Amino acid sequence: MAIQSLDVVRSSASMSTPPRVRAEETVDLAKLIDVSKCIGCKACQAACLEWNDVRDEVGTCAGSYDNPRDLTDKSWTVMRFYEEELPGRGLQWLIVKDGCLHCEDPGCLRACPAPGAIVQYANGIVDFQQEYCIGCGYCQTGCPFNIPRFSNVDQKAYKCTLCSDRVAVGLEPACVKTCPTQALSFGSKRDMLDLADERVRELKERGFEQASTYDPAGVGGTHVVYVLPHGDPALYRLPAKPEISPLVAFWRGGVAKALGVIAMASVVVGGIFHYMKVGPLEVDEHDDGRRP
Amino acid sequence: MTPMEHVRPGSAENLLPRYSHGERLTHWAVAIAYVALFLSGLAMFHPFFYWTSALFGGGAFMRLVHPIVGAGFAVLFYAYALRLVRDNRLVPGDRRWLAAMFGYMNKRGEAVPVEGKYNAGQKLMYWSMIVVVAVLLVTGLLMWRPYFAPAVPLVLRRVANVVHAVMAFVMFVGIGIHVYAAYWTKGSMRAMTRGTVTRAWARAHHPGWYATFGRKDGP
Repeated sequence: MAIQSLDVVRSSASMSTPPRVRAEETVDLAKLIDVSKCIGCKACQAACLEWNDVRDEVGTCAGSYDNPRDLTDKSWTVMRFYEEELPGRGLQWLIVKDGCLHCEDPGCLRACPAPGAIVQYANGIVDFQQEYCIGCGYCQTGCPFNIPRFSNVDQKAYKCTLCSDRVAVGLEPACVKTCPTQALSFGSKRDMLDLADERVRELKERGFEQASTYDPAGVGGTHVVYVLPHGDPALYRLPAKPEISPLVAFWRGGVAKALGVIAMASVVVGGIFHYMKVGPLEVDEHDDGRRP
Repeated sequence: MTPMEHVRPGSAENLLPRYSHGERLTHWAVAIAYVALFLSGLAMFHPFFYWTSALFGGGAFMRLVHPIVGAGFAVLFYAYALRLVRDNRLVPGDRRWLAAMFGYMNKRGEAVPVEGKYNAGQKLMYWSMIVVVAVLLVTGLLMWRPYFAPAVPLVLRRVANVVHAVMAFVMFVGIGIHVYAAYWTKGSMRAMTRGTVTRAWARAHHPGWYATFGRKDGP
């Protein structure tokens, strides 16, 4: 780590407890994405590229406003445009700002085999430390939201940092700073949930009975929270009940690791004990094979 | 007095060829690749063993090398296995050998004579490794970044991750038994290091194979 952080509460593949002198004092942070206020201008996409000083390829048109068509190692947030026929409402244009949700229980961090390559700060931000990334792709299998992307130049994983560098010095993320309709807000998670509740109430009064907040409990809640005016996450291509795959939880869990170590140890110990008890299997080299 | 009685163990007349140069070199190439795969895979399985990545110049290079060595391993392994397939066909007598296996392992009771070049334990090891390496190869390809993994659905990659790890431990146990058995059965190691075994060794452990020497259809 070029700059050491004392705010790390969790670190991938680590045998030691991360430093957390300030952890108890730190406030949980969150970004609120109010889909009902988003006009799809992509200013957040531009601000993200600008602040992080990356430039993605100029893509091609795929018949919709999506550009780039998917998250990339450079585009850490992408506006996705969905057209949905909803009963009683007709055609709806749903615009979803996609990107890392900064899970409280991050599947990427749990799956990562490289010590310190993925860390979680006390404020909830999940950050990749490319310096330690080995390019294996386990973070992709660990992530329930299909977020991490690899660069084919350095073979390292990238995703939204929630502008951890800006947040560390008291600034809001670049996307929030630039959003012209205040569809994006940033603050303590409690404040963001209050704001979301208020907005959901407003939307319900205006006839969006299904309006809801998306803060999925399956991953311990997220530090990026959505307000979904039509409620159903499937309309916005968000998983209804995201959780770390049981396969990943088993594979990277303590039980599997213990079983693996026990399997290896028993072979070694079993071999030594067998030899000490039974002794080598020898043949009499002077036996010419004829019965006496 | 038969001529045999003048033959000292280790002298050329007393030795029988068991593995050719080609077989031995392929075997040891497979073995070296296995050690590299085991050490690098272990680092990615458990952080306790991450230090083995230092042997490969760091985690990033180790991750790059592991699947390449793995693909080479699979090719060499099956090339080697193909040469041994004829002698590893299971026969009815193998069942009797397996029934008496624990007595044999503890040097108790009468050993069941082995009919061919390999005993039933060796044959089972052979066939289980054939399966284990196939599964490791397929699951390994599914998670190989950047070549195959991007085209594989995430669910399949998750399954591949788990199965690859489980099979790696099955393989470790298998290879552990294989190495120990070769060490335990004195006189076996030279078959793979020098290519030959003594007559007494062959008579004791593989009497059926021993009897084929001098016969027209011999080895």
